[in-house]
Amino acid sequence: MKATCWMGPDSVSVEDVPDPSILNGRDAVVRITSTAICGSDLHLVDGYVPGMQKGDILGHEFMGEVVEVGAGVDRSKIRVGDRVVVPFPIACGACAACRARLYSCCENSNPNAGMAEKMFGHPTAGIYGYSHLTGGFAGGQAEYARVPFADVNPLVVESDLDDEQVLFLSDVLPTGYMAAEMCDIGDGDVVAVWGAGAVGQFAMDSARMLGAAKVIAIDREPYRLEMAAAQGYETIDFEDTDVRSALLDMTGGRGPDKCIDAVGLEATHGAPHVALYDRAKQAVRAETDRPHALRQAITSCRSGGVVSVVGVYGGFIDKFPVGSWMNRSLTLRAGQCHVQRYMKPLLERIERGEIDPTRIITHRMPLSEAPAGYELFKHKREDCEKIVLSTR
Amino acid sequence: MKTLRRDPLVRGLGLASAALGVPQVARPADVARGIGVTAGPRQRTATLAVGVRELAAAGGLLARPHPVWLWGRVGGDIVDLALLTRALRRHDGRGLGRTALATAAVAALTAVDVYAAVTRTGRGSETTLTATTTVSTSPEETYAFWRRLEGLPTFMAHLEEVRRTGESTSHWRASAPFGRTVEWDAEVTEDVPGSLLAWRSLDGADVDNGGEVRFSPAPGGSGTEVRVTLRYAVPAGALGRAVARYFGEEPSQQLDDDLRRFKQAVETGEVVRSEGAPAGKRARGEFPQHPARPLTPKELKETLS
Repeated sequence: MKATCWMGPDSVSVEDVPDPSILNGRDAVVRITSTAICGSDLHLVDGYVPGMQKGDILGHEFMGEVVEVGAGVDRSKIRVGDRVVVPFPIACGACAACRARLYSCCENSNPNAGMAEKMFGHPTAGIYGYSHLTGGFAGGQAEYARVPFADVNPLVVESDLDDEQVLFLSDVLPTGYMAAEMCDIGDGDVVAVWGAGAVGQFAMDSARMLGAAKVIAIDREPYRLEMAAAQGYETIDFEDTDVRSALLDMTGGRGPDKCIDAVGLEATHGAPHVALYDRAKQAVRAETDRPHALRQAITSCRSGGVVSVVGVYGGFIDKFPVGSWMNRSLTLRAGQCHVQRYMKPLLERIERGEIDPTRIITHRMPLSEAPAGYELFKHKREDCEKIVLSTR
Repeated sequence: MKTLRRDPLVRGLGLASAALGVPQVARPADVARGIGVTAGPRQRTATLAVGVRELAAAGGLLARPHPVWLWGRVGGDIVDLALLTRALRRHDGRGLGRTALATAAVAALTAVDVYAAVTRTGRGSETTLTATTTVSTSPEETYAFWRRLEGLPTFMAHLEEVRRTGESTSHWRASAPFGRTVEWDAEVTEDVPGSLLAWRSLDGADVDNGGEVRFSPAPGGSGTEVRVTLRYAVPAGALGRAVARYFGEEPSQQLDDDLRRFKQAVETGEVVRSEGAPAGKRARGEFPQHPARPLTPKELKETLS
């Protein structure tokens, strides 16, 4: 089959690889119809995530049709022929984390848990196409994928919605939703969202859906800010504006009640000297992640507010504003999305027309053009917000 | 190493090192003359150097006893004997008797040092490993899973086979570093359903070993805490351990991984495989793994065999 492979930092190519087969009794094999490139895939391509190996198949947002199920799969949950969306974290459904619905912290699905434990103190779940630290699972930017614990993870879609309407249930839509949910949004809350990429846009939609009075988007790409403005959100371009002052101005001096970091480890800063400082630190490995968005979110947030982090971080940061966090009674919440929790309720919202996930799609291309897609997306050319790859 | 700290021979050698080292450092010329050697600048420097070495050995043996200090003393003895032999050969005759006596004393001390080093090195070679995990099954179910000893090789990386040979005895075969295989017979020494299982190898084992698993209810009735202790004699002691580690064998990490796979097997019914780590229990958690892409039919056959 054809698959999008990581061949080294800044090197992606579509390769011929063997078709997947059942490795464990509870696996299924899915013939992929649609898949997407995620902002977090860029962290891999840019070389910031350790544990990548030449030839790894990328991709953790995919859907398709079940073509094979293992002998141990509960067939009342999933059968050959089912149309499924596959959540990016692999969950076993049986451990204490899964029982607590913390699926991305599954205690059993990562065969390389020892490595993850060294980085994070405790292991985290397996993830498709996201380094050997998260298990070394082949990704979904391919024609087929093996799906472990098939009777626990995939969402079976019975309605006749298009792929594009349900594909993002695999990651970015639930991730944006969880970002807003972690904010415990109350009436009259002002929610600021750092990063107006796919996750940021869905976090804004979700914040409004959950009752936010005002939503503010922070980015520097005009097309992303326009995309947010078109939905009625206010915007701040951090390239030419001091974010904290702008936020104070827009909130009568209070600061946003809730702040969402949908940026993560490759953030940048409007002031060149500040951006350069963290770049240099990262280059000499004095920190692994650049936390501009997180720092700003913490110092901008109203006292007693919530800072919700869904942008991906991998290691260690410098100059964490611990004093601001502690002295001002802020709540810091975070997590890789527990996608399985949100798939069904969000599917229902899509079916009821409350969310239109297709609004973020700017590019559609065949799987064979994935490398060109990565280039576009990485350099934000052609106003690229979200690329959907099709195998048809 | 606690035993070495209380070992009279080790302490005695430490004190002897101190007793020799202090005058050698404080009054090197007098010491040189004392053993019948001309106290020229070279002899004084040599004596001072020997004294510094003795004090280092004394510090090591008394403060942080480890067989390496004993072997250090043996090395020092060889140097001293070489120096004294040289002195005897070039002797001008004055005080020859004292030099000969000193040589004999060092030779005797060398014998004691070699004896101490050899006998004490063996002592540190028993390794104890512990690991713990919590699983969501009840203590009774968890115990039952472990009690079926034949099932252990499904999740313990080094075990190839466990065969029941009697009511409480079994035969074990495991892979060891450098492609070797070790075998032993074991007997269950304690067996309390739902709470404890202990075993030890019988006489004639390739590697003497034993262990126990304790099962206790996790707080709030949320499953079972499992605590494993393994003890085994490491062939060639500390050196063998260091060599094995160099070749990628990290026993405590391996026991942690074994227990993780035990949890997978108990909770989900299978040991999880990925394309990167397709061999399940044989995954070492080390690079390079297989790339995260499907295996070729040939690789698949090898892996699943």
